[in-house]
Amino acid sequence: MMNVQDIRKQFPILHQEVNGKPLVYLDSAATSQKPTQVIDAVERYYKEINSNVHRGVHTLGTHATDAYEGAREKVREFIHASSTEEVIFTRGTTTALNMVASSYGRANLQEGDEVVITPMEHHSNIIPWQQVVKATGATLKYIPLQPDGTIALEDVEATVTANTKIVSVMQVSNVLGTINPIKEIAAIAHQHGAVMVVDGAQSTPHMTIDVQDLDCDFFAFSGHKMCGPTGIGVLYGKKKLLENMEPFEFGGEMIDFVGLYDSTWKELPWKFEGGTPIIAGAVGLGAAIDFLNEVGMDNIQQHESHLAKYAMEQLSTIDGVSIYGPENRAGVVTFNSDDVHPHDVATVLDTEGIAVRAGHHCAQPLMKWLEVTATARASFYLYNTEEDVDTFVAGLRKAKEFFGHVF
Amino acid sequence: MSFNNLDQLYRQVIMDHYKNPRNKGELEEGDLKINMNNPTCGDAIQLQLKVDDGKISDAKFIGEGCSISLASASMMTQSVKGLEVDQALKLSGIFSDMMQGKEYDEEDFDLGDIEALQGVSKFPARIKCATLSWKAMEKGFKEQDEA
Repeated sequence: MMNVQDIRKQFPILHQEVNGKPLVYLDSAATSQKPTQVIDAVERYYKEINSNVHRGVHTLGTHATDAYEGAREKVREFIHASSTEEVIFTRGTTTALNMVASSYGRANLQEGDEVVITPMEHHSNIIPWQQVVKATGATLKYIPLQPDGTIALEDVEATVTANTKIVSVMQVSNVLGTINPIKEIAAIAHQHGAVMVVDGAQSTPHMTIDVQDLDCDFFAFSGHKMCGPTGIGVLYGKKKLLENMEPFEFGGEMIDFVGLYDSTWKELPWKFEGGTPIIAGAVGLGAAIDFLNEVGMDNIQQHESHLAKYAMEQLSTIDGVSIYGPENRAGVVTFNSDDVHPHDVATVLDTEGIAVRAGHHCAQPLMKWLEVTATARASFYLYNTEEDVDTFVAGLRKAKEFFGHVF
Repeated sequence: MSFNNLDQLYRQVIMDHYKNPRNKGELEEGDLKINMNNPTCGDAIQLQLKVDDGKISDAKFIGEGCSISLASASMMTQSVKGLEVDQALKLSGIFSDMMQGKEYDEEDFDLGDIEALQGVSKFPARIKCATLSWKAMEKGFKEQDEA
């Protein structure tokens, strides 16, 4: 079992008052807080080893390269990829998904082809596909959702056809908390000759990821949602696919030979890392992975699923609160209160020191599916406690009481 | 339970406009129809204005949003009705200053209920809610000018 109080000690930001109340941070699905270990690793990088990578003959250049490539190895192990050639550092999930859509999508889609996604996707797993189908004449199709916000494999079977070239689905919903059956969806995609792309932004921070077991072709995630710095993320891709893809950005770092009219590219993974890479970010992500491994991903998942269950139980004791999404879920609880708009809920909670998200959560098609314009969301991570949930539920009661005077 | 902090933001008059919005609905014959969203939160309003001889003769709105954005739209339509277009735009500028916590010149106007929104400036995350309907009006007149 993990000791949450010990974990909390390692997150300096949690020990402060906001609006005169102890901070209760319930917005980790937007971005997680960072432990001292990660903050120190980034600081140490800048204080002791900062240099550009893959070029200097000098000692610091070697140290920086070792730190950067060492982080790549940590990522490889963390997601169980077979080789670091398959681990590309990017700015985040959005960039990673855009790389797949632009580099793989544009080269492999034509009129008559289909890209299949779901209505629960984050905008970053919708818009890149909208753009690539517009450019190629392919069609965008949606797997319908079950009433509880899950995906039924029969619906995947019914949507994916011989014309489908790409299936792209989020592993965990940032709104509903749904954990999607990626391995099974990937198998269906492969039966039809399509590649499987996974948005792992909300899963990688919270559960064990094994890209080989999932048998996905591409997998994208962000460092900042998993205790790492902002500005660093990863695109995993199967080697045989990456080898045949054109680079996404052209310039320094990614070249083999440059002539006046033509150039050749470095081998994997560097051909996809044009420009000076996000070295400090990668080092910070490596430290975050060490931290998460010490706690144990299975412990983290268990803890969060307990908190989500507890929060849903507590919320259901308040009249007029609707909770969206399935019973079994990751640590995300999205809700609405009959008589208080989610912004007003978030403002009232904020005056109590409680940080939640209100709005459409970058999932406007899903809001439409839920037939709401906005919702409020509490999301949990390894540093949250049952007391956090209690404070949050008391804050929501207060919001209802306050607005109850009005209506 | 104390609601002190909240009372600064959610003044009684704001809650009254939220509960009983003035000018909610659609104009039979409007001159300007402007849709405005707050893309970060999903709030959406449609503002309709009728202009006769450079004067706003009627204003109505429909929309979905939080207490602040809907109360503000209600107050805005109330206060610009009867104003010359350039006066309404000037008032919009004053409102914008008020929201940013700047000094504002109120000499030419009776701000009336609008003044109750002053507290919003202390809640930076909510300023965009309060300015949504005003921005819609500005957009409407700007597009009319360009047409």
